Amino acid sequence: MEVSKIDNVIKQYGAKESALLAILQDIQTEEKYLPKDALEYVSQKMGIPLAQVFRLATFYNALSLKPRGRHKVDVCLGTACHVRGGEKILDKMERDLGIGVGETTKDKRFTLESVHCVGCCSLGPVAVIDGEVFGRLAQDKVPALLKEFK
Amino acid sequence: MKIQTKNDLEKTREEGLKSLYPGAIKISVGMATCGLSTGAGKVYEAIEKEIGKAKVPIRLERTGCIGFCQREPVVDILEPGKPRIFYQGVTPERCGELVEKWLEDRVVEDLLFCKMEKEDRILEGGVKDYAIQKIPSGIDGTPNYHQVPFYGKQLKIALRNCGFINPDHVEEYIARGGYFSLYKALFEMKPEEIIEEVKRSGLRGRGGAGFPTGAKWEACQKAKGDRKFILCNADEGDPGAYMDRSILEGDPHSVIEGMIIGAYAIGAHEGFIYVRDEYPLAIQKLKIAIGQAEEAGLLGGNILGSGFSLKINLFRGGGAFVCGESTALMASIEGKVGEPRAKHIHTTESGLWDKPSNLNNVETWNNIPIVVSRGAEWYSKIGTTGSKGTKVFSIVGKVKNTGLIEVPMGATLREIVYDIGGGIPDGKKFKAVQTGGPSGGCIPESLIDMPVDYDQLTEVGSMMGSGGMIVMDESTCMVDVAKYFMNFLKSESCGKCTSCREGTKRMHEILTEIAEGRGTTDHIELLKELGWVTAEASLCQLGATAPNPVLSTIRYFQDEYEEHIINKRCPAKVCRALLRYQILSDVCKRCGKCIKACPAEAITGKKKTKKEPGEAFKIDVEKCIKCGMCFEACKFEAIEVE
Repeated sequence: MEVSKIDNVIKQYGAKESALLAILQDIQTEEKYLPKDALEYVSQKMGIPLAQVFRLATFYNALSLKPRGRHKVDVCLGTACHVRGGEKILDKMERDLGIGVGETTKDKRFTLESVHCVGCCSLGPVAVIDGEVFGRLAQDKVPALLKEFK
Repeated sequence: MKIQTKNDLEKTREEGLKSLYPGAIKISVGMATCGLSTGAGKVYEAIEKEIGKAKVPIRLERTGCIGFCQREPVVDILEPGKPRIFYQGVTPERCGELVEKWLEDRVVEDLLFCKMEKEDRILEGGVKDYAIQKIPSGIDGTPNYHQVPFYGKQLKIALRNCGFINPDHVEEYIARGGYFSLYKALFEMKPEEIIEEVKRSGLRGRGGAGFPTGAKWEACQKAKGDRKFILCNADEGDPGAYMDRSILEGDPHSVIEGMIIGAYAIGAHEGFIYVRDEYPLAIQKLKIAIGQAEEAGLLGGNILGSGFSLKINLFRGGGAFVCGESTALMASIEGKVGEPRAKHIHTTESGLWDKPSNLNNVETWNNIPIVVSRGAEWYSKIGTTGSKGTKVFSIVGKVKNTGLIEVPMGATLREIVYDIGGGIPDGKKFKAVQTGGPSGGCIPESLIDMPVDYDQLTEVGSMMGSGGMIVMDESTCMVDVAKYFMNFLKSESCGKCTSCREGTKRMHEILTEIAEGRGTTDHIELLKELGWVTAEASLCQLGATAPNPVLSTIRYFQDEYEEHIINKRCPAKVCRALLRYQILSDVCKRCGKCIKACPAEAITGKKKTKKEPGEAFKIDVEKCIKCGMCFEACKFEAIEVE
């Protein structure tokens, strides 16, 4: 990520410790992950030890140190989705995409993740793709759903 | 316009009333996350197109969720002199018909959900009568809103505005009595009087533990320090609970108003709302609401001309369950990792940046305007001896009617699951209700007539939590549920305390062994012991309550554990390692659907055609991955799970 862009993000929130999470999230939104040099730059620019920046980057589920694909699939494994077969949806996604949870397809099209509840419990099982929620899923609906994302 | 006087507030209310009841046809689409996930966005666009074609002016609005999420997308039509009509399961294709028929004084009968002749105005203590003069044809058989079993036993206080206002229009919130409580608090009450009122109302924290709200406020007000913080916990992490999301998406000003009243009572001038990263729409709605409140002079400097100031900041979480714990939440705002600390000194004395801080949950804040407006006496008449007011529950899982409901404290589980929830679908048998999220437990059928309040739930080994109620039927395995929660807690434990980090991990390992048929008879005692250590030796409530899902399922469903351990059977047919799929040859029609569905090529056989009888279908147990695809594909129930 270009240094000037990171500077803008830092400027927007202010170079204070309490803005660190928001800054990392914005970098991640832009890059889809947290590149090592970006973390180093943030640490230097904000005067926060790299260890602390790295600690945050590895503590929060929303942040990733690994590059991600064009589309992010989050299969919900909240309790309501679990009792309605959320795990089967995840298995089906794994089989169809040929990857496990936390992995990215070779063509960089999809990254597969699981999430603990997106708060759409009455329509479970649910998956979120690029922020859009899809409810009332079933295993046989998965192929058509994935096809929508090129 | 800056609202500086009561007159200004009244004027804004008038504007809001015009927006709520525009004197023309108004169509509202429920566009909270639940609506959007079932296509409300496309429905909105389709209606917009139809309105363009119509010859009379029709107003189109976005609103929040009316609670019956299962029936989304929900659309309602309001026209002066007619009952308000709610439609359910609306699709873009049907929108043309919906608008056309309405203009001909008719309705689309098969999409009808209910009608409403008057609207409850709980904040002001009245009703808005629609003054019906004309009834569209075709609605005779449609029940009134309060006759719908799902709504019949509900009392909506926290959800008062959800589905009735456009959350992006502050004047609509004001039109339904909003910000008048703030006016009353700022100009007619002393901070001590507000605290006294909240104390007398009996309001307890809606985030889970149920700490008396007034007592917390009092402690924070009395704490020494000139800089104090007011905080809102919107890090709704309990899987299966989403009332906070719905309130923030459908009625964000109710939370903001509550926070301003709280800040005034305590003497705080800075505040934070900590919202879960998984709730992007709630964040968006809050941003708009905060901006509007500031612009209107309801938030920021010199609120309503009173001289009191409050700045509220929005903080987006990073997706960590433990940040719902008060000290972890505060550490997270400070820019550190969300690890809890010991609370020898309460956060009301030393919290965020070591300053006195008052943290309440979304639903608690949302209840404040009503306590101020209707008074403690009115409020405390609702509920049970120790738990006052109402509670929002998300009733989900294996139940016919799923959605968000709000009932007075003390409603029984039977009323919730059967009267409101409509019972268990597909003729299956009820098994348990899980409450309190990962900190709670499973309540069995024998306790179904139990009144639900903070103390009763704790007594049976569960807890209120934020209000998730996951209904489970005979096809839910209790060992699997315990394993599920332990997997959740194991990955969400921050790792600071060894007892929690290792205890949840080890309990998950043992539960996995039981679920995979490697359990031994001493495992149950071992789980109890591990549970005890985890609860006793962990710093925060995540660890202290972590064993609840395990201990409560052992307490009420030990026979199911023993069935897994001794007979290596999963009675609910969930634990995969213990299952075997087979085809019943006498039922099988040899249609071939299962072969097509099987991803593991584990099914052999030949399809029956007009000319040939085909060959018997069989599942190769070695190849079968137990994904259940064949079971779902078979229309003749020829596949048996053992």
